[in-house]
Amino acid sequence: MTRFLLPLAAFIVLVGFLAVGLNLKPREVPSPLIGKPAPVFQSQLLHEPERMLASQDNLGKVWLLNVWASWCVSCREEHPLLVELAKSGIVPIYGLNYKDKRDLALQWLSQYGDPYTVSVVDPEGRIGIDYGVYGVPETYVIDKNGVIRHKQIGPVTIESLEKKILPLIKELQG
Amino acid sequence: MIPELGNFALILALLLAITQGTLPIIGAARGIPSWIALARPVVQGQFVFLAIAFGCLAYSFVNNDFSVMNVARNSNSELPIQYRIAASWGSHEGSLLLWVFMLSAWSVAVSVFSRHLPDEMVARVLGVMGLVSVGFILFLLVTSNPFDRLLPAAFEGSDLNPLLQDPGMVIHPPMLYMGYVGFSVAFAFAIAALISGEMDAAWARWSRPWTTVAWVFLTIGIMLGSWWAYYELGWGGWWFWDPVENASFLPWLVGTALVHSLAVTEKRGSFKSWTVLLAICAFSLSLLGTFLVRSGVLTSVHAFATDPARGVFILAFLVIVIGSSLLLFAWRAPKVGLGGKFDLVSRESMLLANNLLLMVAAGSVLLGTLYPLIMDSLDLGKISVGPPYFEAVFVPLMTPAIFLMGLGPLARWKQASLPELMLRLRWAFGVSVVTALLMPFIMGEWKPLVSFGLLLAFWVIATIFVSIRQRLHNSGQGGLFTKLARQSRSYYSMHLAHFGIAVFIIGVTLVNGYETEKDVRMEIGSTVEMGGYTFRFNGASPVSGPNYQAMRGDIDVLHNGEKIRVMQPEKRTYNASGMAMTEPAIDTGFLRDLYVALGEPLEDGAWVVRVYHKPFVDWIWFGCLLMAFGGILAVTDRRYRLKVHTKHVETATVADDKRVASNPRLSTGGKKA
Repeated sequence: MTRFLLPLAAFIVLVGFLAVGLNLKPREVPSPLIGKPAPVFQSQLLHEPERMLASQDNLGKVWLLNVWASWCVSCREEHPLLVELAKSGIVPIYGLNYKDKRDLALQWLSQYGDPYTVSVVDPEGRIGIDYGVYGVPETYVIDKNGVIRHKQIGPVTIESLEKKILPLIKELQG
Repeated sequence: MIPELGNFALILALLLAITQGTLPIIGAARGIPSWIALARPVVQGQFVFLAIAFGCLAYSFVNNDFSVMNVARNSNSELPIQYRIAASWGSHEGSLLLWVFMLSAWSVAVSVFSRHLPDEMVARVLGVMGLVSVGFILFLLVTSNPFDRLLPAAFEGSDLNPLLQDPGMVIHPPMLYMGYVGFSVAFAFAIAALISGEMDAAWARWSRPWTTVAWVFLTIGIMLGSWWAYYELGWGGWWFWDPVENASFLPWLVGTALVHSLAVTEKRGSFKSWTVLLAICAFSLSLLGTFLVRSGVLTSVHAFATDPARGVFILAFLVIVIGSSLLLFAWRAPKVGLGGKFDLVSRESMLLANNLLLMVAAGSVLLGTLYPLIMDSLDLGKISVGPPYFEAVFVPLMTPAIFLMGLGPLARWKQASLPELMLRLRWAFGVSVVTALLMPFIMGEWKPLVSFGLLLAFWVIATIFVSIRQRLHNSGQGGLFTKLARQSRSYYSMHLAHFGIAVFIIGVTLVNGYETEKDVRMEIGSTVEMGGYTFRFNGASPVSGPNYQAMRGDIDVLHNGEKIRVMQPEKRTYNASGMAMTEPAIDTGFLRDLYVALGEPLEDGAWVVRVYHKPFVDWIWFGCLLMAFGGILAVTDRRYRLKVHTKHVETATVADDKRVASNPRLSTGGKKA
């Protein structure tokens, strides 16, 4: 009888590892940019193509850089939260409109609300490469010295806001 | 409206699956004929509703209904129609729906082709398949509903992943799933046998064709996946030991062991509990593969969008299905008995050794696949396990297995003599050694690993010749062709599949040993030489596809100063997702492939171009096809056709089956090992 139980025992061990594995996030490769100065960029604004924004303009304040696109369905999940966060005025959110078309992006913002102080465009994904973007949406917390302090991979959730992002912003602003 | 109909059909299918998973099993246990009789109609009803659900999803994709979340995420109005249909199974939700749909198709097949089986048996088998179906339909409805709406509707869909926009990808997943799901039949037969306690040769004979067919589908599915990776990913590899590739390879290894073990159980009555365990394992690994791909515990190019709720659900499902079947196994298998005895040297012992080698190989692949997860769970860091590990473990394990593969078909059942075998095979061995030593010189350079690989392949081929020669020698009077025609299909099927392995080994060995690759900067008009061919770059020009923009290179291939063809590799950028894709150009040949891919553009119209010369690479997939044909030939063997025939003559069934069993030529004819 015992030897017939061996397959079951092996399976139970396997399930143990799989259960622990479910709570791990192998996709969230720790970003090598955390604690490093945010890559510098200068790009056109989405709403006013004739104006440019340079990332150095934001030195001296804590800000969020949110990577979004009109073709990204997950961006809709986090969008109401971003709109609310923008309304609260806790932190300015800058958008990086990633590999998108201007008319579609504008249409998308007018439908779902525009939480961004401004959005800059990155039609070729060049800025995205510097930041190591590998999925949309992603959100970066950048401090007063222009250093990346946190990277949120995937949609911002109430949980990630309350547990990580908001306390971090408070600490950085204080 | 249509998506809601699909959703409703899915709910009805769930109700029928619940009925299918309960009443017939209880009926079989209590001996209630009307409940037993319920199995077949319920299965067929479930199939109809799942077909409706799948049709509704495909309809939404074809008509670009971006108010359905699944369509909005995985399709686009510019997407050509064939890929819009294929996009129905391009996502997590859709592919799962395809999974249950196929499960119900297999169930219908069992319900139709089982007239000669006892009704209780059919009720139990279909009941077990119903329970599996319940789990998957629940999973769909609870965590991954393909019909979820997106309101307000999206203007445009985000497009199907460009990697999947390829004819190979249209058929690869259905083939693979047919294989995965097909093992559920062997699994259900095994569970039914454990429940009833009746595990005889008849049980093995019923399971065998189903298992073989599932194995054939899985073989073709894996082959298509490998072929697709070769021509679509643009770096010329054909197998990457990616977690998801491994997830399909694991059931294949165990399934291969199962196919052989079933043969022993049918012919000799041995290995009974081992066969049952393999049947459980093969299907469990199919389920585990589903879990690995969809739960997000491993990273892979294949991974679907993940959601922890899904992971928890599938894990719970795995625990219930696999845990309860292994518990049932531990409880009932000791009573099954061991079956016929055999000597240390016999065909049984060789098959058992090969079975063990296949299982150990499967175990090491599983370990390598899960190792990053294990390390991460024990907080020992994030690591990845790559091809060097798998090659280092896999090749040494397969070497004795291939050697035994040549020996096994020539050994006697029950008791064989090693000296006699050696005597019979001395020529085969000598010829394969000499050929293996000499062949690499013809290729231009002697390499020990190439010689070794070829030795294994030639050994298999030489033993096949010896086996057929002896077989003909022992089959009485008549000319060569009469004798050849006298052998059963299952005998040829075994050799064909084994020959496929040899062809596969030759392909792998030669392409690994002699492939050449160059990454070169090519100006317009410049040339590069490789493997006796000259490639001349004539520049790249823009072209537009239905949903992408591309730069198409134009490269002349010259052989002995003569232009033999123009190759046009492309670098595409898909409109909707902005994803860049490399579309290599391949000149396929019997003895070699020429493979050209565009790298990055440089100034003045120059490009980085990757050029490969790959000798014998197509033999890899051709070998897989031969294996699959072997499987197909096996299920068309006379024994099974006889049964189909008897289906029409219900009363004759028993007598016919007895005749098959007692006719010595038929029952020993199939030496499919």
